[in-house]
Amino acid sequence: MARDPSFIPKLANKARLRFDRHSGSHMIVYPERGLALNDSAAKIAKRCDGTRSLTEIVDELAREAGVDAEGRADVETDVLAFVDLLAQKGLLEP
Amino acid sequence: MTAPRPYTLIAELTYRCPLRCPYCSNPTDLAAHDGELDTDTWKRVLGEAEALGVVQVHFTGGEPLARRDLEALVARARELELYSNLVTSGVPLTKERLAGLVDNGLDHVQVSIQSARPERADAIAGYAAHPQKIQVMRWVTELGLPLTMNVVLHRANLDEIDELVSLAEDVGASRLELANTQYVAWALSNRDALLPTRAALEAAGEIAARHKARLQGKMDVLFVKPDYFGTTPKACMDGWARRFIHMVPDGRVLPCHAATSITTLRFDSVEDRSLADIWTSSEALLAYRGEAWMPEPCKSCDRRAVDFGGCRCQAFALTGDAAATDPACQLAPQHALVEAARSREPGERRYLYRGR
Ligand code: SF4
Ligand code: SF4
Repeated sequence: MARDPSFIPKLANKARLRFDRHSGSHMIVYPERGLALNDSAAKIAKRCDGTRSLTEIVDELAREAGVDAEGRADVETDVLAFVDLLAQKGLLEP
Repeated sequence: MTAPRPYTLIAELTYRCPLRCPYCSNPTDLAAHDGELDTDTWKRVLGEAEALGVVQVHFTGGEPLARRDLEALVARARELELYSNLVTSGVPLTKERLAGLVDNGLDHVQVSIQSARPERADAIAGYAAHPQKIQVMRWVTELGLPLTMNVVLHRANLDEIDELVSLAEDVGASRLELANTQYVAWALSNRDALLPTRAALEAAGEIAARHKARLQGKMDVLFVKPDYFGTTPKACMDGWARRFIHMVPDGRVLPCHAATSITTLRFDSVEDRSLADIWTSSEALLAYRGEAWMPEPCKSCDRRAVDFGGCRCQAFALTGDAAATDPACQLAPQHALVEAARSREPGERRYLYRGR
């Protein structure tokens, strides 16, 4: 799904992002299941807090990783794909 | 075999419940199970569950609100960072108590509704609770908590999908579970009065699918088909003693809510052993964990890692052998038992209500 870059993602009310001491990584827990996250997904999920737009999330992550324009495009692809996955699973506020 | 990591604890705090649903999943010999763990034992068990890997706990019953220490248990779950879900009929509850539970860290509430129509709902529940349930659902969303509305479907309410969806939208549910009855426990005793026709089931499924598509991203609509009308069984509990720990009020540890119906098994209690010890080495949990116990046709079937051979409780209830292939599977030697039940003429609708 094409999303407006100004879209401000926010994790759904029912979803709780937490660190899982057993696996050493983050997971999103919600009543039906848990979703295990790798490091890059966790970084995105943490920023889906209703205060940043997609563009801002991509900028932040690109800056943090110290990547060039090409690298930024990769980050953008990752962010959009992950945000879509969250939406698909009903883990994003509408 | 090392024990798999459990993710979810289903904690049946009590079998007490003011309602009397004819499909109740509690044991049919309720009186034989009246013991309840005390607060401290539950607190200990929550800690042991977290140590095993559990990340979420469903407080259920019976009616968990009947426990005055629910607040303390919710607080303990929060302290352990466990996601807590209250599975309730909403009776009896005040807004003040609900707000208190939220303050103690409750994350989610699931309310079960018997029907969208008050008279029907109360006839099914054997108790006048419908208006209260609607009220409770509104409180949940007013307090900012995510709400799942759950409806057990059967012959007497399968024609209500549109109304049920509207109700769920109206009260602001984020998820609607339309779950067809599973024929174990009280539901098996009432099977002839509950089992729908295939035509009614298919019509309901289509309506639910339409709403699911329409509400995509707004409200999650889940329609669970009854395995009686499928060709393969359900992946019961994602496998025996694999992802879920199910505890009954007296402290025994089960793979699922119905397992005490398998009278050939003896389940261990957290009053005698630690939860970790039971999870890794209780004979009853080892009995059907993994694949070693499987008979043919499951043993050599491609789906064995998908559905785990189906439901052991159903196998036991219908065939007398808990290790049999679930008769809901069309490949099962005893599939005829399920075929016979679903092609039977609709029985008279008189429920055997759940006892107290
Ligand atoms: S199914 Fe009905 S009777 Fe059984 S515990 Fe739930 S509300 Fe009570
Ligand atoms: S034969 Fe066993 S494993 Fe295969 S589909 Fe049937 S129940 Fe599942």
